[in-house]
Amino acid sequence: MRKSIALHLGLIALLIVLQFVLPAYHHGNMARIMVMATYAMGYNIMFGYTGLLSLGHAMFFAAGLYGMGLSVQFLGMGVGPAFGMGLFASLTLSLVVGLLALRTLGVAFMIVTLMFSQTIFLVILYFNPYTRGDEGFVIQQSVRHIFGLDLSDPTIRYFAALVLFSTVLIGTLKLVQSNIGRVFIAIRENEPRAKMLGYDTWRHKLLSVVLSGTVSGAAGASYGILFGYVGASFAQVPYSIFPLLWVLLGGAGTVIGPFIGTLFMFYLIDLSSTVTDAYMLVVGVVLVLLTMFARNGLIGIVRERWAKWLP
Amino acid sequence: MAAVTLLSTRAVSKTYGGLKAVQNVDFILPKGEIRALIGPNGAGKTTFVSMLCGRIPVTSGVIEFEGTDVTALPDHKRISLGIAYTFQITSIFANLTVYENVALAVQRHHVGSDKNLKIQTKIALARVGLHPFSDQTAGDLAYGHQRLLEIAMGLGQTPKLLILDEPTQGLSDGEIDAFKTLIRDVAQTTTVLLIEHNIDVVMSLADQITVLNFGEIIAEGTPAQIHANAAVQTAYLGGDDA
Ligand SMILES: Nc1ncnc2c1ncn2[C@@H]1O[C@H](COP(=O)(O)OP(=O)(O)OP(=O)(O)O)[C@@H](O)[C@H]1O
Ligand SMILES: [Mg+2]
Repeated sequence: MRKSIALHLGLIALLIVLQFVLPAYHHGNMARIMVMATYAMGYNIMFGYTGLLSLGHAMFFAAGLYGMGLSVQFLGMGVGPAFGMGLFASLTLSLVVGLLALRTLGVAFMIVTLMFSQTIFLVILYFNPYTRGDEGFVIQQSVRHIFGLDLSDPTIRYFAALVLFSTVLIGTLKLVQSNIGRVFIAIRENEPRAKMLGYDTWRHKLLSVVLSGTVSGAAGASYGILFGYVGASFAQVPYSIFPLLWVLLGGAGTVIGPFIGTLFMFYLIDLSSTVTDAYMLVVGVVLVLLTMFARNGLIGIVRERWAKWLP
Repeated sequence: MAAVTLLSTRAVSKTYGGLKAVQNVDFILPKGEIRALIGPNGAGKTTFVSMLCGRIPVTSGVIEFEGTDVTALPDHKRISLGIAYTFQITSIFANLTVYENVALAVQRHHVGSDKNLKIQTKIALARVGLHPFSDQTAGDLAYGHQRLLEIAMGLGQTPKLLILDEPTQGLSDGEIDAFKTLIRDVAQTTTVLLIEHNIDVVMSLADQITVLNFGEIIAEGTPAQIHANAAVQTAYLGGDDA
């Protein structure tokens, strides 16, 4: 337990140090990676810990993004309250989706989440006059201030992303080491048995979906605020697949895995796209290698071989 | 001394397609008893107790626990009333540690500190002798030890009614002796419903025995009465390959 706290606080400390030493290009990347890793951590609560495979998480990311963006655009809110609106939107959506989708199991669940997500995407396009659908809209730099801090400033943006990331990292750690987290894991491992121990597994799954969706929405809202752009592309299928890949690569059901996976995938695409246009091919090859040699992801391997205590 | 009824069923049946797995079973289980449920393979024992704990729904009939009708209650609610079921076909959390398996059983009803949760978990493990294996992955345990883990998960729930479905299957002679001692101890505070093929275990533990054959109760009584019962003899000799 103490080792795991040290590890995760250590990662946060490392990220603080990196703020001061990273060259500008990587510094900007890292801010983006931290926000996307937060998205992956949200995904991981449901997929990695509770065993529920969603193919529609982009809708939660987009709910946060648009909940925030539209509140700024049409309600004239500051980014602080607008962030709250983003959270509220993704929480509500995940509650509704959870209530409906959890009536199905397995493959049907995956398809239902995919369909809901496509519906949200189409709704965004349908309300094009407000959402500016495909081309999206910009959150003006003048709005992107909080407590007198300019969130478009690289250093402040980096720290804002770090605050979000650290909160969710430590929150996830606490969650999975709590009694509720233990039940999530029990559902993933053997749901009929969890029921026969007296757990209302349906309620726990609903809670997992809501937590997962809301954290994903927090990532979406933060992305819009920190990078100043709100667009429907974030509601499309690739953005539902990315968190799955990041989590698989880093290690599903590990607290630190989503960050590692996001980091690797980001630089993999970054490096390969300097060499070839077919960077998605590189991603595909990595995935194949992953399923062949490292089913549990990078951190999953570390846990198996060296550190069984890793949460 | 009028015994208090813990659990009773009226005309409980279960049909699978055309197969009557359990037929019109009237069953009364007084509080504090060790009741053995025996019968040839396929008699409907697992099906019957699965309906008691809510794992499968009844086709018809009524189940009462502590005087209230629980027939329509979902499984997890019934379990939280104080019924624990240990699976005939071992069903543990194979990828989790032995400790985590039992902690899951303890924590649902547990109130108090995390430290207390740990203590209760360790006590349940120690009662079946698995405490040296706490940190092992449950799936890596030997089969007999997995059976003991099932029992520890049952005990960890501190149930009012503990249903054990062939708990001694795969245990060594020494472990069976330890099991008998354990169940006598458990029975001080808990009513036990024991499905068991090992006739020696049944005879030495049970206060009362219920015999099921082709889904129906064909006899009920003390071990001595059952031992002398002609119908039981035929059911076993006629329906068994032994
Ligand atoms: N899910 C099911 N679908 C169809 N038939 C079933 C099902 N479960 C049990 N049966 C049948 O119901 C009958 C009773 O089975 P059950 O498992 O309750 O017997 P049992 O007394 O526990 O036997 P054993 O001593 O072998 O464990 C058997 O004929 C079995 O084949
Ligand atoms: Mg059986």
